Amino acid sequence: MKLLFNIAWTHVSTRVRQTLVGMAGVSMGVGFTIMMAGLMQGSQIDFLRQLVDTMPHITVEDERRSVPTQPAEQEYAAVQMSDIANVGKRPGIRYSESVMSSLRSWIPGDVAPSAKTTAIVNHGGARIGITLSGIDPRREVQVSKLATQMREGKIDDLSRAPNGIIMGEALAEKLGVKTGNTVLLVGGQGVQLNSTVAGLYRSGLKRVDESQIYSLMGPAQVMMGQSGVINQLRLRLNDPMLAQKVAAQVEAQTGYKSVSWQEANADLLSSFTVRDFIVLTVMGAMLLTSSFATYNIISTITHEKRQDIAIMKSLGMREYAVRRIFIIEAAIIGVVGILFGWILGYLLCYGWSKITIFNPLTGATVPLQIYYSLAHYVIVGGISLVCCAGAAYFPARKATCVHPVEIIRGAS
Amino acid sequence: MTEVALQAVELVRRIEGAVSHTLVNGIDLAVSKGEFVAITGPSGSGKSSLLYLLGLLDAPSEGEVMICGQPTSKLSESDRADVRLTKCGFVFQFHFLLPEFTSLDNVLLPMRAAGRMAEAEMRERGLALLDSLGLAEHANKRPNQLSGGQRQRVAIARALANRPEIIVADEPTGALDTASTEQVFSILRNIADKGQTVVVVTHDPALAARADRRIHIVDGKIAEITERGRGELVCEAVS
Repeated sequence: MKLLFNIAWTHVSTRVRQTLVGMAGVSMGVGFTIMMAGLMQGSQIDFLRQLVDTMPHITVEDERRSVPTQPAEQEYAAVQMSDIANVGKRPGIRYSESVMSSLRSWIPGDVAPSAKTTAIVNHGGARIGITLSGIDPRREVQVSKLATQMREGKIDDLSRAPNGIIMGEALAEKLGVKTGNTVLLVGGQGVQLNSTVAGLYRSGLKRVDESQIYSLMGPAQVMMGQSGVINQLRLRLNDPMLAQKVAAQVEAQTGYKSVSWQEANADLLSSFTVRDFIVLTVMGAMLLTSSFATYNIISTITHEKRQDIAIMKSLGMREYAVRRIFIIEAAIIGVVGILFGWILGYLLCYGWSKITIFNPLTGATVPLQIYYSLAHYVIVGGISLVCCAGAAYFPARKATCVHPVEIIRGAS
Repeated sequence: MTEVALQAVELVRRIEGAVSHTLVNGIDLAVSKGEFVAITGPSGSGKSSLLYLLGLLDAPSEGEVMICGQPTSKLSESDRADVRLTKCGFVFQFHFLLPEFTSLDNVLLPMRAAGRMAEAEMRERGLALLDSLGLAEHANKRPNQLSGGQRQRVAIARALANRPEIIVADEPTGALDTASTEQVFSILRNIADKGQTVVVVTHDPALAARADRRIHIVDGKIAEITERGRGELVCEAVS
């Protein structure tokens, strides 16, 4: 092996310019791929963080995934019933307090109740449909980041203003209202309620900021026409990634539909999958393209070294040993190229992280989010090394298959 | 009875194609240990093809080559490579030294490939070989810093590296001046005198006359065999 390495090293070290071009190709491929990986994953994680911070990790609502089967259907296979009116069924989660106590005993996080309904904000001729969530300010801080998202006022101000509400900055701008102004809320039952804007928040998600209003439980329940009703439990977990698993357990325990943030944003997450696929394809293509420089140099060396190959084989070196020389050459180019590529990748990531852009979601100028991960370096380096070895294998195999007599005769 | 180092039995080498062409046509030959055999013949007569078959560089279409009594026709390509590495040493018309390596490294190449000796032992033997061929002071020079004769002597040293039973040389003096030719031939003669078998293809009748036996090839067949000292035809060509 030492002999093969010596020959390989001699080949690459006596062709400095070609070797450097090959190494530069690998470095560029590795460096830019690491930068792309850091940038794409960074932006994705940042977006998910905002999404997860804004929403409850799990929402339990007073509905079932499917209409419960009737006793007659359970008893007789021939019976099928549909369009059954649930006359007199009271909305809301039954025994919500005991359900919450039970959940608190085992979920890795906290739970808070809310009364959720839809309403129309009527102000100065503008009529905008919104979601009104009645919350308990003391418990709300346990399950949402609303307190930190407040731009004007505080959550506690809800109880200080008459029928106080907190709305998103974007909605306030649309309606042309400020803290302290009064707007009219119109509920589905025809209930009308003059509410005072007690504060403004900005979640970072415009669709939330434009349509979500918070109030105390009372006003929301009045708008629903159902006093004392809790129709939504919101859970926040210590680890948001456990949401799907915990949601399934909660649903199994309570029977109510429990939706994790992943399920609620399934369409968005599936678009990430498509984006990941595209990015991975582009990164793979970049690494493959960068290995063409290696292919080129190994092809040139094997062509120039036909006589050496013939003589080594005639001396008794086995074909695979001679082939291995060129694989080692590619590995030398690859390993050095990858090391420089890692440095280049880190510097590019660092450089990009210094660039700030205007984020239309938050309305703020923020630096580009870069995700630094050792896995990026290891995976990109590994793929690049395999590409280099593959790029060397084919010209090496072709060159070493040649019968030495053909070359020796040709040289005579 | 002298020990046979190299034997060819009904050796045929045919190039198959639209028009097949027979390079070596049924040659029987036995070369004793320590014998110096010269193969002569006109261009295209098949003498180099015969040499490549004898040195296991090429495989026969028919027949058998036996090295030290061992048949080789059934060997795999890897096993043939092993036999070449340990039992045969090659010298070609052009030196075919690796240009980026020093003379010593070129000589060490077969020993390193065989991997049977420690590095220090290999270097000691490599230097001794170069010294015996008058190249001690050129051990660390690259081929492009040597004359044609010196390069060919390095190539001979490389051929001797693994102490092979047989040295096969294909026109080793073909590209050399008269003085270098004389030197190289003397070395090969000396090798045979010390007990290693030498088979040389040459165009030079004067040099061939100095071999123990001269085998003249025409159209892939042995035309005549002449033994040194006797200066007479001992075997008429097969018709």
